[in-house]
Amino acid sequence: MALLEVKDLTMRFGGVTAVNQLSFAVESDSITSLIGPNGAGKTSAFNCLTGFYRPSAGDILFKGRSLMGIAPHLITKRGIARTFQNVRLFKKMTVLENVMSGMHCRVASGVLGAILRPPGQRRDERKIRDTAMDCLAFMGIQDKRDRVAKNLPYGIQRRVELARALASQPQLLLLDEPAAGLNHDEKNQLIDLIDQIRRAYGITVFLIEHNMELVMRISEKIVVLDYGKKIAEGNPEEIKTNPAVIEAYLGKEED
Amino acid sequence: MSEEPSKLLLAESRLSSTLADRLTGYWRKAAESPTQKYLVGLLVVLVATLPLYSNNYVIEVGSNILFYIVLCLGLNITIGYCGLFNLGNAAFFAFGAYTTGILCTMGVNFWLTIPVAILVSILVACIIGIPCLNLRNDYLAIVTLGFGEITRLLARNLTITGGPSGLVGIPRPSLFGYKLRTVTDFYFAFLILVIIGVVVSYRIHDSKFGRALECIREDEDAAEAMGIETLKHKLLSFILGSIFAGVGGCFFAVKMASVSPESFMFTQSTNVLMAIVLGGLGKIPGVLIGATLLVLFPEIFRGIGSWRMLSFGVVLVLLMVFRPQGLWPDKYK
Repeated sequence: MALLEVKDLTMRFGGVTAVNQLSFAVESDSITSLIGPNGAGKTSAFNCLTGFYRPSAGDILFKGRSLMGIAPHLITKRGIARTFQNVRLFKKMTVLENVMSGMHCRVASGVLGAILRPPGQRRDERKIRDTAMDCLAFMGIQDKRDRVAKNLPYGIQRRVELARALASQPQLLLLDEPAAGLNHDEKNQLIDLIDQIRRAYGITVFLIEHNMELVMRISEKIVVLDYGKKIAEGNPEEIKTNPAVIEAYLGKEED
Repeated sequence: MSEEPSKLLLAESRLSSTLADRLTGYWRKAAESPTQKYLVGLLVVLVATLPLYSNNYVIEVGSNILFYIVLCLGLNITIGYCGLFNLGNAAFFAFGAYTTGILCTMGVNFWLTIPVAILVSILVACIIGIPCLNLRNDYLAIVTLGFGEITRLLARNLTITGGPSGLVGIPRPSLFGYKLRTVTDFYFAFLILVIIGVVVSYRIHDSKFGRALECIREDEDAAEAMGIETLKHKLLSFILGSIFAGVGGCFFAVKMASVSPESFMFTQSTNVLMAIVLGGLGKIPGVLIGATLLVLFPEIFRGIGSWRMLSFGVVLVLLMVFRPQGLWPDKYK
């Protein structure tokens, strides 16, 4: 059984069908990419997976259980974490506080615990802090932990966002264009990082990406979308030579 | 609305705020040393012993300041931490005051009315919160403003609340046989409330729950994506603000020995909001300073007569232009 199964997923916004009967599977412990020209429906598909959009039709199974109609915060609790296309950190909070927010759903203390401070709550706070520090150390930014998020350079902000997603201890990590805005060195670091994440945490990675070099180097499987429909699925070699894919990106040859 | 002037204003305020930050930077460095502990300790001693060295007028003003601090701390949790624009705080305060007023005039012991008032506060916060907290902030402001006014008009027109003249002759409470009567008695009562309020506010701030509120304020969708149940947390921040205001209202009712609808006008809500924005939204020392200034400024400048409210307004505008983040400096860089 695949970790994530998407069956005939359809997302309609009025007259526009952003995602059209999309079906694919993501196996455990794999690195899969979702690619396609701009406007193909990739981020819409992601938003369906994370519960931000309520799909018009179809089903999404994660670890065998349906995600339809489940609220986003519960989907995160079930084990799916995501990063955003435009980095969405909590701007006025520090790096450490940002990453600690990832642990929110893993710890049960609530408002009464906060006010009364029973021993359980204090243990929970330590656990949150320790996990957050581990994630920061993994991403190599623990020295930035007390810096306010909005003052950091873009590359560091992206790392913080990744650390935050890791802190929620997911089984599936959805990365929305993780290479956007990164320079050549940073892109290479990202490739190593994604591999390390998979090896160290056993997390399955599913990413949207436009940068073909990165996609070809890192993916084990690629799903290609165009106008909301899946037009191809396979390993990098197959996709590179697939005529439908080439046509979608470059257009048909004129006679 | 043209873009250019607001950009200039923003740039100017950023420049001036770095200037202000540099000036307060020296104070901030001192604050990290034992000097701060001595200063704060001294302040606490001065505040705790105020009635010993002041006349009744000063104690009354002090009592007023402490009462406003309680209201401001509550609203700080809703607006400062969670970013929810609640303009109807006076309504929560009214429900607490009238609950105590009505029950005490019926002969119920004051101390028993406090848990009832807390339950009423929770109920009222849920009634207005559950349908409205998913609204965008601007609309939430309008809805809560309306709620504040509805509450005041209800209070003015119902017989149980005594109509336009309100409730009078609310009996004073006794604690283990000692009757709370003088200005000094209520000064200490409010001081205890402030201490509880400050402790609760700090504990909430330094906890998972408090951070969740701040995440919601910063980016609601990202907060939801991080596993934070936003509606529940928004409602809880609303309820906390309501409880603070409600309990403040209970003590206000017995201190004044009367409750009238005129105490819950819209200006009451805006005064509390003004105090916490002035002092620094979300920062507890800022809330304390803001509330103090809010009460002190009109009192100190009584001498200049009708000019005092005008000058207060001018000072506020200047502060918002040159230091919109409030008087209290930001802790982080």
